[in-house]
Amino acid sequence: MASEAAAQTPAQGRVKETNENQCNMCMPIGGVVAFKGIENAMVLIHGSQGCSTYMRLFNVEHFNEPVDIASSSLNEKQTIHGGEANLKKAMDNVIRVYQPKVLGILTTCLAETMGEDIDRIVASYIEEKKISGIDIVPVPTPSYSGTHAEGYWAAVRGIVAYYARPAQSHRRINVIVPNISPADLREIKRILGLMGLEYTLLPDISMTLDRPWGGKYQKIPPGGTPTAAIAEMTGAPVTIQFGSTCPDSLSPGKYLEDEYHVPLVNLPLPIGLGNMDLFMKTLHKISGNPVPDELVTERGWLMDAMADAHKYDADGVPAVYGEPELVYALTSTLAENGAMPAVIATGSKNSLLAERLIPLTEGADEPPVLIEEADFASIEDAAIRAGVNIAIGHSGGKMLSERHDIPLLRIGYPIHDRMGGQRILSAGYRGTLAFLDTFTNTLLNHKYATYRQKIKREFCTPEGM
Amino acid sequence: MEESCTLANSATACIAERQDSIQTAGTGRTRIHCTTDSLAGSVSQRACVFCGARVVLNPVTDAVHLVHGPIGCATYTMDIRGSLSSGSELFRTSFSTDMKEKDVIFGGEKKLAACIDELVAKYHPPAIFVYATCVSGMIGDDIVAVCKAASARHHTEVIPVESSGFISGNKVVGYRAAAEALLTLIRPKEGEIIEKTRKVNFLGEYNLAGEMWLARRYLAEMGIEINVAFTGDSTVAALKKAPSACLNLVQCTGSMHWVASNLERTFGTPYMDVNFFGPENTAESLRRIAAFYNDPAITERTEALIAREMKRIRPEIEKYRAKLRGKRAAIYLGGAYKAIAIIRQLRGLGMEIVLSGTQTGNVDEYENMSRILSEGTIIIDDANPAELEKFLLEKHVDVMIGGVKERFLAYKLGIGFVDHNHDRKDGLSGFSGAVRFAREVYVTTCSPVWKCLHTPVPGGNTHGQ
Repeated sequence: MASEAAAQTPAQGRVKETNENQCNMCMPIGGVVAFKGIENAMVLIHGSQGCSTYMRLFNVEHFNEPVDIASSSLNEKQTIHGGEANLKKAMDNVIRVYQPKVLGILTTCLAETMGEDIDRIVASYIEEKKISGIDIVPVPTPSYSGTHAEGYWAAVRGIVAYYARPAQSHRRINVIVPNISPADLREIKRILGLMGLEYTLLPDISMTLDRPWGGKYQKIPPGGTPTAAIAEMTGAPVTIQFGSTCPDSLSPGKYLEDEYHVPLVNLPLPIGLGNMDLFMKTLHKISGNPVPDELVTERGWLMDAMADAHKYDADGVPAVYGEPELVYALTSTLAENGAMPAVIATGSKNSLLAERLIPLTEGADEPPVLIEEADFASIEDAAIRAGVNIAIGHSGGKMLSERHDIPLLRIGYPIHDRMGGQRILSAGYRGTLAFLDTFTNTLLNHKYATYRQKIKREFCTPEGM
Repeated sequence: MEESCTLANSATACIAERQDSIQTAGTGRTRIHCTTDSLAGSVSQRACVFCGARVVLNPVTDAVHLVHGPIGCATYTMDIRGSLSSGSELFRTSFSTDMKEKDVIFGGEKKLAACIDELVAKYHPPAIFVYATCVSGMIGDDIVAVCKAASARHHTEVIPVESSGFISGNKVVGYRAAAEALLTLIRPKEGEIIEKTRKVNFLGEYNLAGEMWLARRYLAEMGIEINVAFTGDSTVAALKKAPSACLNLVQCTGSMHWVASNLERTFGTPYMDVNFFGPENTAESLRRIAAFYNDPAITERTEALIAREMKRIRPEIEKYRAKLRGKRAAIYLGGAYKAIAIIRQLRGLGMEIVLSGTQTGNVDEYENMSRILSEGTIIIDDANPAELEKFLLEKHVDVMIGGVKERFLAYKLGIGFVDHNHDRKDGLSGFSGAVRFAREVYVTTCSPVWKCLHTPVPGGNTHGQ
């Protein structure tokens, strides 16, 4: 039944009015993560106090780091008379305490509904206070028009548009990433280094949101993409953007291509053999350098593991959910390992995900159900109908385990009920191997814990007949 | 970094405007500045009105909790409490009307009504709480009218919770919104007489990690029955019988004093404050409850219970006390009643309190706190990370008791941390909880990890830190 529905409607929306157990967060929290990947940046949310506190809570639990986010703390009076004075006071206080070089201003639904013109307020603030040496970057992120995934891209695009200016041609390639773990970013950097490439990685939370112990605590953690490098992204020979599902209107790479003629290569995240090979092929073409032995060996280990595990993996009936870019990469990884997802879901809408999935899923024995604007009630329904036996995604899917005993392989954002969300590695040949082992072992764990009882129930007791 | 924050002078705020919200015990300073809106840009730890309402009402287990707003408000509060249920788990499903741009422009009333219809058909709940958020409040959706119409249409209780987030950054305002909704729910029908019983209600007890069940066991042993708790493990039907209690016990005073005084006015039910955090508080509370009944048999059983439990836990507490004596603690919590109880508990463990603060305390509570703290202890209202960092370092704190947002700041500073938030998985109340609390303080304050973290890098290289 599920497959019939899928065949007729490749992308099915959530059919009900109510969202039951949310699969996505709101736009500004995505913007927060983007700004946290810029050197010396602090971020301020224009809206009521609760929004920034929630976003801190989610980020703190995911990254296991202090994550400070300021708020203009709007209250009833300002919602009637305008929030300009509060936003200006908030900028004053944030600048005083944090002394940032970059201050990202994101809006909430409240500020947008009030019709706050943050561009104008910021301009007037800069003029009044004669601000210099601090870049104040406003990005509108009303959560009624998208999820955290769109908010992230909007902020990255906003940051690029803010800094981009004509620059001399140089050799550093642009690498623009979606919201992936600091561990994944470090792996991508290692690979770029091994391929002998100079690059600007945007944004870069690899050190800001995963701080090693030691040294004096700093309110703005060191690391992140330097703004000078962002300004010069316009002079890069090429942009690689892991944004195969990112719509053009939100695409930072597209902006650089349209405005500054930097050729854009949109790639899927380098998770999975095929996606990783595509990345390596691209890097080889750009650099002219051969793939070094180290990476060839890692590739070999991954392939060896794929052979070792393929029969176990074939028993997997996964449900994959989360941000479109990650969902695409995981679907492709699972498909190449013979474990085509039965359910593919994202809280987003209008991403290119549905279109991109067609070549992956056509010809599948059982075509997957794709749910956009998904909530966990719709994912749960589809998963039960399809006989899903493993869920793959962020912590929001915990109910699938609690209620239906479907094991949950935690990956993506946010992971707030397990340790080390910031350290989950799934990019590169090494990361893919780590993901694959976790996937296989999650299946085996569950199978070995239940098969004796299951077979006994089925064949040895009267009710099994 | 910022000069004001590195001054040796103790108790100096990082932002001058915050100075009146910080004082030191025993210095005879004027009243602490509190219960006001958070200062814009100060990075307050507070949440919002909606959050306050949600945490109070959400443990009503068999009700539908429908958040009328854009997605974020529901996502961030999904399954927010560690409240346990003996029956329905419906309360753990997070329902949202998921307002989109068109709802914001054309109004969300239609969508809200459609969601209610859908939820009634799917779950047949005995009650639906509809929570207003910033946006639904801002665009003027008349949720009272929508709820009234839906109630009539479905012959079920649909109760509006007026919790627009922007009304205030202070959760206490949301507690009031929740309280109003609760009173609406328990108001008897015209002409209905509810007979008084010998049972008690337990207000401000949310059954986190089964804490209400533990208290119920104590009371049962004394010969006293709990009628219903507000709102831990409560049902709509049980709450409606609230007027039948002969006494209301009030634990979380911030959220429930107003309800208790209302119940006293309306139903003539007296109330008393109780506190089950710490062995002394627990014993005193049990004695006061027993005294209310003025029944020698109850008193006798109560004394026997206290004597037995005290005897049981004393050696364990002593064991931890020996390890913790003289250690320095900081407290920063949501409500003052809990902070005051913890001051006492930490004292009982031989520890010194050097910092104490809350998000929502009022003048009376702070004065009370100031009286019991030793001279020089910093008292702080609505603290921010910069202030906490400063005082944790200045006061050479060994362990902090707080919520999730402060956890990693403490760890980064090499300080132990105990979560005393509403998502806790281990009970910290009653006699057993007191032992658990002591253990939690001990394992983090005296963890071998802190010693390891101070070992020098082999070879003396500190680069990379």
